[in-house]
Amino acid sequence: MAERRLALDPLHQVQHRSREIPLKLELRGITKRFGDLVANDHIDITVEPGEVHALLGENGAGKSTLMNQLYGLLQPDEGQIVVNDEPKVFRSPRDAIASGIGMVHQHFMLVPVFTVAENIALGAENVRGGPLGWLDRRRARREVIETSKRFGLPVDPDALIEDLPVGAQQRVEIVKALTRDVDLLILDEPTAVLTPQETDELLAVMRSLTEMGKSIVFITHKLKEVKKIADRITVIRRGQVVGTASPDTSEDELAALMVGRAVSLEVDKTPAEPGRAVLQVKGLIVDDDRGIRAVDGVDLEVRAGEVLGIAGVQGNGQTELVEAVMGLREVRAGTVELDSENLAGLSTKRILRSGVGYVPEDRSHDGVVKEFSVAENLILDMYDSTPFGNAIRLDTSRIASNAKERVAQFDIRCQSADTAVGTLSGGNQQKVVIAREMSRPLKLFIASQPTRGVDVGSIEFIHGQIVHERDQGTAVLVVSSELDEVVNLADRIAVMYRGRILAIVSPDTPREAIGLLMAGVTSEPAAVAPVEEDAPVEEAAAEEEAGGAGEEGTK
Amino acid sequence: MSTTTVQELTAVTAPEPFWTRQRRLGVALTLLGVLAAAVFGALAPGETARFTLSDNAEGAAISINGQLGAVLFGLLTLAAGGVLLAGLAKRWSTLLLGLGVLTFVLSFLCWQVAGQFMPLVDILSGTVQLALPLILGALAGVLGERSGVVNVAIEGQFLMGAFAGALVGTMAGSVWAGLISAAVGGVIIAAILAVLSIRYLVDQTVVGIVLNLFALGITGFLYERLMQPDAEHYNAPPQMPTWKVPGLSDIPVLGPVLFNATGLLWLALALVLIIHFGLNRTRWGLRTRAVGEHPTAADTVGIRVRGLRYLNVLLGGIVAGLGGAYFTLVATGSFTKNMTAGAGFIALAALIFGRYSPFGAFAAALFFGFAQKLAFYLSAINSPVPSQFLSMLPYLATIVAVAGLVGRVRAPAADGIPYVKG
Repeated sequence: MAERRLALDPLHQVQHRSREIPLKLELRGITKRFGDLVANDHIDITVEPGEVHALLGENGAGKSTLMNQLYGLLQPDEGQIVVNDEPKVFRSPRDAIASGIGMVHQHFMLVPVFTVAENIALGAENVRGGPLGWLDRRRARREVIETSKRFGLPVDPDALIEDLPVGAQQRVEIVKALTRDVDLLILDEPTAVLTPQETDELLAVMRSLTEMGKSIVFITHKLKEVKKIADRITVIRRGQVVGTASPDTSEDELAALMVGRAVSLEVDKTPAEPGRAVLQVKGLIVDDDRGIRAVDGVDLEVRAGEVLGIAGVQGNGQTELVEAVMGLREVRAGTVELDSENLAGLSTKRILRSGVGYVPEDRSHDGVVKEFSVAENLILDMYDSTPFGNAIRLDTSRIASNAKERVAQFDIRCQSADTAVGTLSGGNQQKVVIAREMSRPLKLFIASQPTRGVDVGSIEFIHGQIVHERDQGTAVLVVSSELDEVVNLADRIAVMYRGRILAIVSPDTPREAIGLLMAGVTSEPAAVAPVEEDAPVEEAAAEEEAGGAGEEGTK
Repeated sequence: MSTTTVQELTAVTAPEPFWTRQRRLGVALTLLGVLAAAVFGALAPGETARFTLSDNAEGAAISINGQLGAVLFGLLTLAAGGVLLAGLAKRWSTLLLGLGVLTFVLSFLCWQVAGQFMPLVDILSGTVQLALPLILGALAGVLGERSGVVNVAIEGQFLMGAFAGALVGTMAGSVWAGLISAAVGGVIIAAILAVLSIRYLVDQTVVGIVLNLFALGITGFLYERLMQPDAEHYNAPPQMPTWKVPGLSDIPVLGPVLFNATGLLWLALALVLIIHFGLNRTRWGLRTRAVGEHPTAADTVGIRVRGLRYLNVLLGGIVAGLGGAYFTLVATGSFTKNMTAGAGFIALAALIFGRYSPFGAFAAALFFGFAQKLAFYLSAINSPVPSQFLSMLPYLATIVAVAGLVGRVRAPAADGIPYVKG
């Protein structure tokens, strides 16, 4: 009777195990198909107790799909999940948790308007009063505090999630899994939103957890972190395990394994030859969607023939800064000038037409129309003007020939130019955006997160195109939350923190110093290598610009 | 020497804009105060306005000179607006707002009642009665929307409840059978809403509108074909008995309003408390809110998102169906075509005006009930103010609320978005 009631009751409790055996996990021949696509193709992985097992692969290689099956969010079409030599079927995360498997998702699974304690209790609430299910809030708080102490993960049980920085939210997620008494923790791209310092802290936490006998599956595409923390590495490509490696494998080898061919991780480029200041931003103030100040007095200058990179943890105003420059967001105060012509207040269309190329950070929402064909997406900004059409009609043959040209030039891999963009891989979609934006004569090229969700092969290509555009004399502004990308591409790096540019530094600055700036720690100006003021190229530029750059460099 | 500082969040504080919400409210209240003191005061005859503490002209009364009252209360509204406008007493802004609105209403009443009388017990019990279905309807909305399902079919649930209550109540000769059937009637609509929006991912607003039309059509058809030809056997339900609580019902003014009433009123009041504490203090409530705010997060901790949404929408159906029972088993004694006449939409307005919370919805429902009752009263005393002005108040108030003038109304983040796994 009790069993039946339990099964019918959608509120029933997650059953806790009382088991102290360390957990050994085997995935045997896991296969998952979505239509014709084989997302996981007979994957075998063994995770030993107490190890950090890195799952390395590109975006779209099938890592997350695999882990969602392990966590009960998806069910495998074939294959077995074996926990401590016992085959298991996980119909929902509840089953996975009951078997000792917890997961921290890349996009945090926290309710923003709940407190930390409420989020942690959710799904495994302590209740009194029998069927009434009265929440025992005091006990919930106590458990959070206890777990947080036991594992050295400070969290405030009464804070609202929406008020916490991402690093703290991630700790909440980890504590949430640990209170459920899990022995194997899946971390899905946990470092994507962290500063380098926060990343180091996380790696230390992972280390201490494994010392307590917990195992960790660490999903990532960042080679440096894998080498730092992993005990074993499994590389996945196109849904298949293509190899296992030990952490002393070199980065180049790992990258080759991941991509399937040798790739260069460095960007080939000559020193910049900056010319006149093309984009000048002064005292810019912009609010975010909630009306909260996101950009708080930014001064910037991007010169012809240079790449200015903006580094910073996501959510420090980079998005709003770029949107304001593009006319997508209201400029509260300050000026934005393109070749001394005011852009603030102009429509985005006017701004694009005045010689600005723009790669938005959210490709699928703002970059392409997924249902439209490659050819149509390639003229989204030019559909109403020559040569592609006029106010009344589109010139389809011109559009088709343009598409053919661009597809070849930008190496866009698609069945034909009539294919819907939504069916292409992330990298190829991004190439469509870049091809479109680079087909106009440009003075300024702005790329936000140009390689987010893009495969390594395409990253190489896209970086090459950006450097090529720079060498043509275009001013380039690159915003990226991947520090590696900024360091590789930029000729000068502006570090943004809470709506301000804390410093403009040279890409040769030690990573640790940039990392500290990204965390808002400013030290004496001398500790950070300023942009070399006496670079020979500087002298060629107008005097006032040299002065301006120097001032920024020491700020 | 190297100094290291972490840039504090306070470094980014923007200067507060001059036109804060309080100041804007202050301007609105000040204008209302001027209107009340000058216009109402000028129009009010200098005769006595009597507010009797009974349901007729007899007995003890609060009396005031109409003109004096209109001006006085108008000035109080003005004062409340002035304090808000000056940016003083920020902590008390909600209280001041309430005070300002109250004194404005009183000023209006002094003008209207001058030379006449207003029976307070009658006004209050009318308010509560008219608010009763609105309370239940809005609570039904709270249940659905807090779990992420938009319910614009409250009107349809009312109609089905009213119809089923009348039909089964008459046939079974029992008001209790009628009440249960009304709940079932509400659940039928809720079930269709739930299946279409949760299982088949149809746009919830569209489904809601279609269901309203469906309920209107089917009850109208059955009314004409079944009830009208033989009202005695199909459309003469017994009425809910009025229960008088000895002792408590003798409390002046509130006693007869609250303790000489039908069980449905007490049920509604109890439900306000139950749903409030249920949502905020129980496991069911925590999970319901989680599913309404971030269903994926709920799913990843093993909560059955769809199951919980079904449960809540169906519970809402019961509550709304009971609200429908009010029309046939309490208010009128028989079903007529489209008898709810938009009450379901006012309940929806109360839900939004009440910011999706049980207490808020309750307060909003009472406010709207009062406006309706006042409209009846004004037409009864041949007031020069068209009663349509008051009938439009619920919708006006909702527009004001949605426009963010009374603080931001934040709907549950996943409200109206179907949950698809993976």
